[in-house]
Amino acid sequence: MSDNSLIPILAAILAQSAPLMLAITGETLTERVGVINLSLDGTMLISAMAGFVIALKTKEMLNTPTDTIPVLAGFLAAGLIGALVALLIAWGSIRLKQDQVAIGFILTLLLADMANFFGQNYTRLPGPHVTYLPIPGLSQIPILGPLLFSHDLLIYSTLIIVGAVWWFLYKTQPGLRLRGVGERPESAFVRGVPVNTLRYLYAALGGFLVGLSGAAFSLDIKLGWSDNHIAGFGWIALAIVIFGGWHPLRGAVGALLFGATKTIAQSLQQSYPEVPTVLFNSLQWLLMLGVLLMVGSSEITRRLVQVAPRPLQAPLTRILRVAPPASLGRAFGQES
Amino acid sequence: MTEKIINDRPLLRTVWPAVPILLAGIMITLLLLIASDQSPLVAYNALWDGAFGSSDRTYSTLAFWVPLLLCATGLLVTFTAGLWNIGVEGQMIMGAIGATWVALTIALPNPNISSWIILPLEILAGMALGAVWAALAAVLKTRGGVHEIFGGVALNSLAIIATNYLISGPWQPPEGGSFRGTVPFPDNAMLPLLDPTRFSPLSLALALIALGLIVFMLRGTHWGLELKALGKNLRAAFLLGVSSERQAINSMMFCGALAGFAGAVRVLSWFDSLRQSISGGIGFLAILIVLLAGFRPLWTLIIALLFSALLNGGTFVQSRTQLHSALSGIIQGVLVLFVLLFGDYSRLFRRKPTDEHEVAHE
Repeated sequence: MSDNSLIPILAAILAQSAPLMLAITGETLTERVGVINLSLDGTMLISAMAGFVIALKTKEMLNTPTDTIPVLAGFLAAGLIGALVALLIAWGSIRLKQDQVAIGFILTLLLADMANFFGQNYTRLPGPHVTYLPIPGLSQIPILGPLLFSHDLLIYSTLIIVGAVWWFLYKTQPGLRLRGVGERPESAFVRGVPVNTLRYLYAALGGFLVGLSGAAFSLDIKLGWSDNHIAGFGWIALAIVIFGGWHPLRGAVGALLFGATKTIAQSLQQSYPEVPTVLFNSLQWLLMLGVLLMVGSSEITRRLVQVAPRPLQAPLTRILRVAPPASLGRAFGQES
Repeated sequence: MTEKIINDRPLLRTVWPAVPILLAGIMITLLLLIASDQSPLVAYNALWDGAFGSSDRTYSTLAFWVPLLLCATGLLVTFTAGLWNIGVEGQMIMGAIGATWVALTIALPNPNISSWIILPLEILAGMALGAVWAALAAVLKTRGGVHEIFGGVALNSLAIIATNYLISGPWQPPEGGSFRGTVPFPDNAMLPLLDPTRFSPLSLALALIALGLIVFMLRGTHWGLELKALGKNLRAAFLLGVSSERQAINSMMFCGALAGFAGAVRVLSWFDSLRQSISGGIGFLAILIVLLAGFRPLWTLIIALLFSALLNGGTFVQSRTQLHSALSGIIQGVLVLFVLLFGDYSRLFRRKPTDEHEVAHE
């Protein structure tokens, strides 16, 4: 394959993976501080619906030809919804001492129903969307230009957000405190860290990013709204958070690998129409199980690593050995 | 003061917490209806008429009750063992596929075989396939380290994909390319129905027997004790000598078999063929029911009936008022969420302990 055809494909994979990256980064942040937001599939659906509808309404109201302000309003609304949902889960866990997984699961179903209910009059409508914005100058660089700098603002922001979250988690003092709360809330508390306040804060921040990812679908990558528009992506994102070992950069790579596999499968499907589509349809779920198996069992990890050439074995083991934040899903209270 | 009054009366004490939650649920649906420019009265009326408006509608509600009960019964087992069997939905679909396989390969070519031979075969095939699907999720967990929630979600989707493949491929009706379903089953493949409805009293009887049996097994046998130990306290389970892997797989397969039974009931009574949306979300709904019931069998029975009324009424609401059928899902979801969050709502108003001794004690 020549450069001419490969680069646009890679650029498309990057663009397609951006919404998932946002959700993965958000959930990584939330889980790193010790809160599981299992509601991703529902949150992304309702924020996709709300983002689209708010953008549509804003455009009608302002009566403008440009999409910039409506789209921004849509993203803001979607992000706020995502933050609210995450806060609800954190509150249910921290204040009411209820099971995060149970609340998250109920919200997954409830929010999907709400999205379908409130979105019923807005299905299959054309609407505002994020506009293409190649960066002048930079987009002229060979290879890198078309790959990285010929997208829209959403894609650039996503890459910046992923990088910023990584930098924050691993290179700053507050980031260290955040991870400390997720690992050993008792020790953090003894050192004067306001454990539950930080949990609310970062759960909400992560939820905001998850909300943005919903709108990123409906306003950019998979335009518009219909019943169960992007159902399934939330679960994929949750699985990639685990595959990425709760690390934002590895999560982003996971999203890219997922996007690449889907793109390759789609082009294969076109070239080999005789292969039953059932295989291609199953692919994303088999992939999800596969990546979870890769990191889930030390036995499987060991066997996988043995296949690789010897010099690669040590780094591969390091990559595949992941552990969740130690206090993930457990509420912390001074009194309990 | 009120607290004392309530505490003196056991009945009030159990029912009282439900009142504000029910009211809140009704208020929220009211707001939803008003927000979508619908008269709440019309919607509630339609919901009631749809669920119990005529004897036929009531029997339809009972027809939804059966698979809900079967799935919820199975979930009582997995929840007791501390497992989140989200895969119940897919296990039900696989049950439907199993029953359909028997119906199409044995009953269809042999119209003379008695349904009393065919039916047990169909139901057993459904239960077997449901149990296998559940075992997959269990083994993924115990051997592969894949949490049963993720295994369940993936296996649910794979079951749906398998259904679509079967009805648009090998089991496609000869007249051609509809994506709707298989050919209708012959009479000897169907559960005996209460004409003219799709309700099978036999299936309800079997579901109630299953619930009774499971409750007895959970409460009265050593197996039940082992499951409880596993769910409550891994260390206690270890001391009891419980093999956590074997019990996890066992309890999942129990639930899978019952869910498979539910799937078989769906194709052999409500439908007469394998369809694209065979489950209709019943498996997920059963999870909500068991959570709402707080894992208590009697409440599971009652709430399952309430939810089947909402499910059956919801479809009617859609045809009468143009309201999206997701409305009943919202009512159910809000109720369960509220009960879960505020069921023990004394927490909301309890003051934080300031007593140093209490802090140190924990």
